[in-house]
Amino acid sequence: MSSDLVAAEDVLLFVNAAVTATGQREFRATAGEQRLSLAFLHEYVRVNYRPLYAAALALDINDHNAALIVEALLRTPAEAEPLEGRLIAARLAKMPPQRVYRVFRALRAAGVNNRRTRAIVRDWLAGRPDLAHDAVKYRPGLKAAARHAHLPLPGGHGGETGDFLFAPGRRARYAQPVLEAFRRARHEQGALYELPFTVAEGFAARHGIPREVFLERMASRMTRLERLRNRPAATGADLSVMPLTRLALYVLSLPFGERRERRAELTGALRAAARRVAGPHAGSWGRVAAVLDDSWSSSGSAVKRRRPLAVALGCHFLLEALAAPGAYTAHWTSGARDPLLVRPFGATPLGMRIVDALEDAPERLLIVSDGWDNAPPGLAGEVLRVWRSRLDPQRRTSAVHVNPVYDADVFDVRRLAPGVPTAGIRDAEDLPALVEIARFAEGRERLAGLRAYLDRRVGLFLGGAGDGPADGPLAVAAEGAPDSPPDGPTDEALRAIPDGPSDGVPDGPREGGGW
Amino acid sequence: MTRIDLAGLRVRPAQVWGGVRLVPLVRDEPVEGLRLHREVYARCGATAVDVGDGTTYTSYVPHGLVADWSEPGAADGTGTGARGEAAVYGTRLGDGAPVAAVPVRRLARRRHGEPRLRFLPLHLALEGYLALHFGGPSVVWDEWSRQAVRQGLSPRAEAAYAGWQVPGLAEALRVFEIHPGQCGMVLYVADALAAAFVVPHPEDYRTLHPTLVEDLFGELVHQYGLYGGPVQEFTAALDGDRVHSLAQLRAAADAQTREWAAAHDGLMARDLLETPYAFERVYRAGRFGLYRFLPPFLRSGQEQHIGELITDHRGRTAYLKTFRLSEAQIRRGYLLRRLADCDWHPGRTAEALGTSYAELVARIRRAGLGELLEAHVIARRLRETQEG
Repeated sequence: MSSDLVAAEDVLLFVNAAVTATGQREFRATAGEQRLSLAFLHEYVRVNYRPLYAAALALDINDHNAALIVEALLRTPAEAEPLEGRLIAARLAKMPPQRVYRVFRALRAAGVNNRRTRAIVRDWLAGRPDLAHDAVKYRPGLKAAARHAHLPLPGGHGGETGDFLFAPGRRARYAQPVLEAFRRARHEQGALYELPFTVAEGFAARHGIPREVFLERMASRMTRLERLRNRPAATGADLSVMPLTRLALYVLSLPFGERRERRAELTGALRAAARRVAGPHAGSWGRVAAVLDDSWSSSGSAVKRRRPLAVALGCHFLLEALAAPGAYTAHWTSGARDPLLVRPFGATPLGMRIVDALEDAPERLLIVSDGWDNAPPGLAGEVLRVWRSRLDPQRRTSAVHVNPVYDADVFDVRRLAPGVPTAGIRDAEDLPALVEIARFAEGRERLAGLRAYLDRRVGLFLGGAGDGPADGPLAVAAEGAPDSPPDGPTDEALRAIPDGPSDGVPDGPREGGGW
Repeated sequence: MTRIDLAGLRVRPAQVWGGVRLVPLVRDEPVEGLRLHREVYARCGATAVDVGDGTTYTSYVPHGLVADWSEPGAADGTGTGARGEAAVYGTRLGDGAPVAAVPVRRLARRRHGEPRLRFLPLHLALEGYLALHFGGPSVVWDEWSRQAVRQGLSPRAEAAYAGWQVPGLAEALRVFEIHPGQCGMVLYVADALAAAFVVPHPEDYRTLHPTLVEDLFGELVHQYGLYGGPVQEFTAALDGDRVHSLAQLRAAADAQTREWAAAHDGLMARDLLETPYAFERVYRAGRFGLYRFLPPFLRSGQEQHIGELITDHRGRTAYLKTFRLSEAQIRRGYLLRRLADCDWHPGRTAEALGTSYAELVARIRRAGLGELLEAHVIARRLRETQEG
């Protein structure tokens, strides 16, 4: 039983890390420390809990860790478990293409070229809507992937894409507009406005087009994020469709004066985004009190600027939407009253704020903090411990701590108190799901429960109707049953790819193991 | 005035990073009528100043401080606005034209007609400390060499380290979370009091906090930073048995903060706060006085600091900066003090110290002051005492 508990804790630790860590500099740890710590954690979990490691792909972990998992799984085909292939394919389909191309390049650099890898590259490329567009926008990535997996590029277009990548001088003209535009953009300025923004940017610089003119004419071809990054002033209309955390980051990037002037608009947009996330759960959480960390450390780092504060701000509006009307109170550590004007400043007197929050006798207490509690240190944990053991042993109030920062030293997010479950968080949107995961961390739900939960998530992720926990894929995998369900590309479209050298042949040394 | 008085400043719980412990000091009310600003010198690095008599004074000037004591609302006529207490930032922070480098001839210097004093942090204190050596003997006994009589101890030098050379300090200052109302800080390295820093106004503190990395620290602090391990954080501990309601929980949590303050003043900063120091007023600025202080140079094993501070007319500390001396520096100061007390007469000094003539000479040499002595006279005296 105790080994079960250890396993459950290990897995939760890994999930927390995979949600929060991005291998970038944090307020207190350098990028190098983060990467080293994360690399160890990945290897540890992959070797000891391989099925659970793969199942993490079905959770809301960030793309950086998803890419690491995919790479690690493909590097070690000998230990492959059933279902892995489908999980990898499903995750890659959800990831942004530039990340996927980066994974492929990493696999190439590492010399990983097993049959399963080739099949995955081939199937993913077959699922791309427009390879010619990819050839222009992700040229080195696509080139490396095609070359590495020995893929003949689609001949349906007369082999143009292949020629574009590998024999650029062969054709005088291309039939596909985007390839043709790329060819012409070298010589004429007008053509570059038909290209994707990032590609056009390079040509614009080469032609010496003023940035303002370029952005103005390019506006219609930019993605939402590109518009936000390059022309934030012109994005007013976009606020209504922005996801909650990104919106919070945008609000925090504005100067105080502008935040005050646009108070109604910004608050409205944040509330609307929060309501969209809350969906049917809006108003169902009863009385909620939140302790939100806006201390100096919530300023994040140069590469993750104000991320922890933005998560806290997003959670503020989301909790407001989830709580019963009028039954939500927020306690910022700095004592701020106006959520729209928060800024990272001051120490972190979490302990006193938790006492303040408990005074409202909430049904749910939520703490959003990086886990560093320094005025005085450790008071938050002590307050929570004494309160739980002396004042609320019946658990009338459920307390959860969500932490947006991975701590490289402890291979996890920092905890406040052993009795309070802690979950890593990257986007405020994931809060409801994380509160669900956090209950496993209390130690009352053992590995079986966690496994059932993961099975359900994997089932949902792979598009099946959620399998029952008893006969879910992980339960099967854990018992080592050899007869795994036949898997492989489910989409008929994947079958339309021209045959690679190994197509259709079951892969791997393991009997009946998927790809 | 014999002691450093930190009345009006409250201690907040420390923050620990590796071997560095930073204890914030908070004021309820900023000190009225005095503001400190940082002045960044345009030509950072070595600044040579022609003193006028053919010699030049060269110093490394990372930044200086500007004390501004003009009365609120009084027109100061310097063209920087009539508000008084206005922030004047250095060239790196402001957006106006860069201010030309200020030749710092004397270490505290007032520009003509300006209610502002420019000075380099800790130079006053160091000057005060070095003055112990510079003078040389006041009575020319035979034992003192010609060089000692003519030039005192030269060259005037004392080793110090910049803050960024103290391992871990820069990182600790970066992740330190400044408290609201914070006007100062006590810095510990490997739990040895390394420096205390106090300013009149919280905004001054926020401006000057990063400058700590450019300030001077003694060799002791550097060594402790290099060889000391991480220090333990004092974490809060509540006694759950006494808590029966939320109000009691709040009271217990409050008590933790107060206990920390009491423990800090009595335990960690005791030597700084309770040792009697010798104060010397260097400058008077309106209601404020700029002092430098020297420790008693006792060989009791206590930590000893030199430093400078500004007090208002009621003796409250508005500005404080200290520099911790190493054991060798304390020994040297002690020896020079004893020599000065006995009019630099070696025989009487030895008597006063309760040791022999030979031992005193050895101590002077060990303290690095051997070249002040006339070797022949010493040798003859030693021979005489042995034969006698």
